Amino acid sequence: MSVGAPRGLASSGQKLITEILHPLSAAEEPLSPGPDVTISAEKDKEPGLTNGTPVEISSPASASVLLSRLQLDGDPEADAHDPFGSGEPRDLFVTVDDPKKHVSTMETYITYRVSTKTTRIEFDLPEYSVRRRYQDFDWLRIKLEDSQPTHLVPPLPEKFVMKGVVDRFSEEFVDTRMKALDKFLKRVADHPVLSFNPHLNAFLTAKDLNKRQGLALLTKVGESVKNVAGGYKLRARPAEFCAMGEYLDTFSQKLGTIDRIAQRILREQSEYLTELREYGAVYSTWAGSEEQLQRPLEGVAGCVTTSCGALEDLSDNMSQDFLPVLREYILYIESMKNVLRKRDQVQAEYEGRLEAAVLRKQEDRTPIPVEVEKCQDKVECFNADLKADWERWQRNKRQDFKHLLTGMADKNISYYEKSQAAWESLITLLQEKQTEDKTSETN
Amino acid sequence: MLTEGSCLLRRMEISVAEAEKRSGKNAVSIQETYTVYLVETRPMDAIAEGHNPPPDSLWRRYSEFELLRNYLIVTYPYIVVPPLPEKRAEFVWHKLSADNMDPDFVERRRIGLENFLLRVASHPVLSNNEMLYHFLTKEHGWKEMVYETGFQAKADSRLRALSATFRFFSVLQRVADRLYAVYKVHGNYGRVFSEWSAIEKEMGDGLQSAGHHMDAYAASVDDILEEEEHYADQLKEYLSYAEAVRAVCRKHELSQFELEMASQDLISKKQQREELATGIVRTFSLKGMTNKLFGQEAPEQRDAKLNLLEELIAEGEETVKEKTAECDEHAEKAWADIVRFKDQKDKDLQEALINYALMQISMCKKLAVWTRLTADNYQLSDDS
Repeated sequence: MSVGAPRGLASSGQKLITEILHPLSAAEEPLSPGPDVTISAEKDKEPGLTNGTPVEISSPASASVLLSRLQLDGDPEADAHDPFGSGEPRDLFVTVDDPKKHVSTMETYITYRVSTKTTRIEFDLPEYSVRRRYQDFDWLRIKLEDSQPTHLVPPLPEKFVMKGVVDRFSEEFVDTRMKALDKFLKRVADHPVLSFNPHLNAFLTAKDLNKRQGLALLTKVGESVKNVAGGYKLRARPAEFCAMGEYLDTFSQKLGTIDRIAQRILREQSEYLTELREYGAVYSTWAGSEEQLQRPLEGVAGCVTTSCGALEDLSDNMSQDFLPVLREYILYIESMKNVLRKRDQVQAEYEGRLEAAVLRKQEDRTPIPVEVEKCQDKVECFNADLKADWERWQRNKRQDFKHLLTGMADKNISYYEKSQAAWESLITLLQEKQTEDKTSETN
Repeated sequence: MLTEGSCLLRRMEISVAEAEKRSGKNAVSIQETYTVYLVETRPMDAIAEGHNPPPDSLWRRYSEFELLRNYLIVTYPYIVVPPLPEKRAEFVWHKLSADNMDPDFVERRRIGLENFLLRVASHPVLSNNEMLYHFLTKEHGWKEMVYETGFQAKADSRLRALSATFRFFSVLQRVADRLYAVYKVHGNYGRVFSEWSAIEKEMGDGLQSAGHHMDAYAASVDDILEEEEHYADQLKEYLSYAEAVRAVCRKHELSQFELEMASQDLISKKQQREELATGIVRTFSLKGMTNKLFGQEAPEQRDAKLNLLEELIAEGEETVKEKTAECDEHAEKAWADIVRFKDQKDKDLQEALINYALMQISMCKKLAVWTRLTADNYQLSDDS
């Protein structure tokens, strides 16, 4: 190997070195300015990329600054304030909020405010605020996948919704989508590699996101992985990647089952709610024809009504907080499986080329071409990136599901407590009445 | 045999001890299976003296209890007769069919039948009834004896409860069915969480306990529905008593009406007599007019008419006297009964509502505690 750069990739911090001194680019651009991109030319081509102030994505930190960043490598385990557990001090904060409807002659759509706060020098300003629509997020994700194919890019909420079935402009839908977009962006911002991607920078800072610029920002990594020749058959997938694939298959299946059960519960709860409302109404009617028992019966009707309201809240929580997370992870798993397949392809290509090269060497002493060595680097690089991302993904997954399940538990407890409080106040009423009756009897 | 004014229950211990299945040919010679209940009685003085004699006992079918009740209702129209338990297992809780042979149903019925007998035997008036005594002591020929009283001729068609109660219980039924479905579907989580926990390392224990929680949650619905059934039984009793009261009031109204009619009839007959006797027509009548126009009747005809009128008046006065006595009796007894019943029933129902509320509270508490334990357990076992 011609490059003497360190390639150990155990912890997330060292990734930055890899990015700078990428085996595939090292021969051409030693210690180049930051991530391997060719932006300078594009700046002149696309005058549309402005944010009021001249945007300079092109002057990344020098190697020394980046190196010093590495030394700040923190505890790899997630801490309480850092739910996505990047283990590094956070210097990029993003938020998605404030949905607004836009009506034009051609179409109606929603935009969201994307706010950024950062101390990174890749950004000219410490704060940004731009408006983006779903399409823009979709563009960003595709660009990230293309330019960083060895990494796991978080999923977006579903793109297509059946127009007849779901109201795309209902508060519920917009809110759920917005939360998912916020989560997506936060995950990207917390990723030690993805967060430095220039597409992300453009997304966060450009006033008008010109999506045609993307072509020029393709990294060499992206290009080389994209151009992996197909048609090679994989011999031996390393055990750990087999295990990943199996895990993802099973996990995806289980999530699908949980989703189906949850939907069924929602349906049953809705029917229960209908009957329960009528139940309350029957007590009210009955109360109307009673004297002594009127207040107690009205009281029971009231308790039933309160329970109905609390149950409705619980059902809303389930469909707005619980189900979307399940679905998001199912999408995440799908994209992860794609990355695993890509990895297999890269390895297969390497093995194929190596075999061919070895044979030729045996025949006529032709040395192993540099291409083959590059393939090997690609494979090792991919494997390392993937392993690191996998660990991060597992951590995030545990956090997310802990949050999700304990969150649902809390909502359920809240439901029980509301119901209990209503019945307890009824007991007080009934017992007071009993005492009243007794005293009036003895008089 | 029975001393007036002493309550039967004071002199006799009564219980419905057992239930058994029987097979036999019915009135139209078709083979059928039915349940019989063992009615046991023991004389109180023997027990008091410290002897422990075996009880006298006989078997009765539900239809015989019904017969006794109908007889009492007809015989004492102003009294609110205690209700019987359901005839058919109409309101079944999450079971597939209405089964009169279902052991739970049979047991609930046994208890209901015993309550009926105890209440009747402790009623100041009903307990003195001869047919009641024979029901408890005379196994064979009792039915024939009751029919021989000819009570059925007086039977009121309004013996069955009205459909107003039906709506309440059909709603209660549907609520129970839906609740059952919700709980049971949660149970499906149990298995999938367990399977998921198998592929996890750090999260595994937490997921397992979540799965167990779901199983326990689903299983808890059976207890809940049992308590709801108990509550429903109490409500049913209240509502069927309410119907009986309404029947008593209607009967009273009917008696009032008949008295009015009898009184008016008597008044008009007395007026006719006066007119005939004195020849003076006080009130305008066509007869009076025609008499004036066509001349008066012959004296023999007039006497015959007068005599007939006298008879009718005498009968009418008897009728009015009877009806008045009846009405007074009704009014007094019915009022006393209603007051005693309504007050007691309202108190009983309030008690039932309190218990229902307590049941709901305890259920909510239990579920909150369970959920909290599971969530805490999850947090502890997940070290991430």
